[in-house]
Amino acid sequence: MTLSTNISVAKLNPPKLSDLFLQFLMIGAISFGGGIMAYERILLVEKRKWLSSDEFMAYLAISQTMPGLNSVNMAVLSGDHLRGALGAFISTIGLILPGSLFVLGMGILYASASDHPLANFILIGIAAAASGLLAAITYRIGEDNWRHLKSLLIIVATFLLMSIAKLSLPFVLLIMAPVTIFLYRPRKSA
Amino acid sequence: MSLLINLALSFALLSILAVGGGTAVLPEMQSLLAHQFGIDHTQFVHIYSFGQLAPGPNMLMVLVIGYQLAGLIGAGIVLLSFFLPSSILCFYIGRLWNRFGESPWRRAIQNALEPISIGLMASGVYAVGKASIVSEITATLALVSFYLILRTKINPVWVILGSGGFGALLMTYLK
Repeated sequence: MTLSTNISVAKLNPPKLSDLFLQFLMIGAISFGGGIMAYERILLVEKRKWLSSDEFMAYLAISQTMPGLNSVNMAVLSGDHLRGALGAFISTIGLILPGSLFVLGMGILYASASDHPLANFILIGIAAAASGLLAAITYRIGEDNWRHLKSLLIIVATFLLMSIAKLSLPFVLLIMAPVTIFLYRPRKSA
Repeated sequence: MSLLINLALSFALLSILAVGGGTAVLPEMQSLLAHQFGIDHTQFVHIYSFGQLAPGPNMLMVLVIGYQLAGLIGAGIVLLSFFLPSSILCFYIGRLWNRFGESPWRRAIQNALEPISIGLMASGVYAVGKASIVSEITATLALVSFYLILRTKINPVWVILGSGGFGALLMTYLK
């Protein structure tokens, strides 16, 4: 019941569509090497306070369980939350526009030039940093979940099924979701 | 024309299969592109690393695949078919979720999905790490990046670019 207190902050004072577009465009333009979810969290929860941290976690969970890219799904959900269907559309376009142009430029270069050894070394260094970045973001987004035994066991079990047992993702969800929802079921005493 | 339709259908299918983000669908995409469109393994790895270099979602690299196969129209078709189906689905699920309102079960499901999501992210870290950490130099770069991003306020852009430049320098002179 405590979580509904700051839900309506953004609803009372919704951002302009142009502002929404520009903020997501900025994330789309600066988020080199992935980690977009972290930028989105900073924008939505910390910088503009458009979402409470609880709302963000709810949308994060949907973003990750639904098909599609997590960061794009987050733009769809938060855009819709703030400005409806048009907001969802505007946020998504803003997020993917800069990278699309960037990647197309590289594709055009790639189609015309053969690969260069130095460029290859640079790409290897970039990929290594990207995995460090992704690990840092995962650690930070996990917050309290790392410290409680129940959630830590679920994280480990999901990881093992996915990465070590190499089950396909729908299977992992089919196994983990019912068990975990049962573990977190509402209690009468609460 | 049939190439474009084939591209659209293939990427729409991948869009719906991409549960938990793009990395889950990469192996599927790679074999599909090799069998149906003649994009070989090296080409695919090259194109994939473009995604790491570009801002925005890494999977925007699918545009390059569309461009390679059918020019700018191909890139446009791939963009629409890869991003539209999953986004529309997510949009309606999000609205359905909000309509449930604040019920104890909604809360329970949300609490349950949190650690599962984090587990899936950890699997993403593992997959990216396995593909990118291939030597002592890359392991060091990854660890330093992890530390800098977690403990300092440096913009990740500089960490990534610095690692690219510094890594290239090390690999050129330490061989």
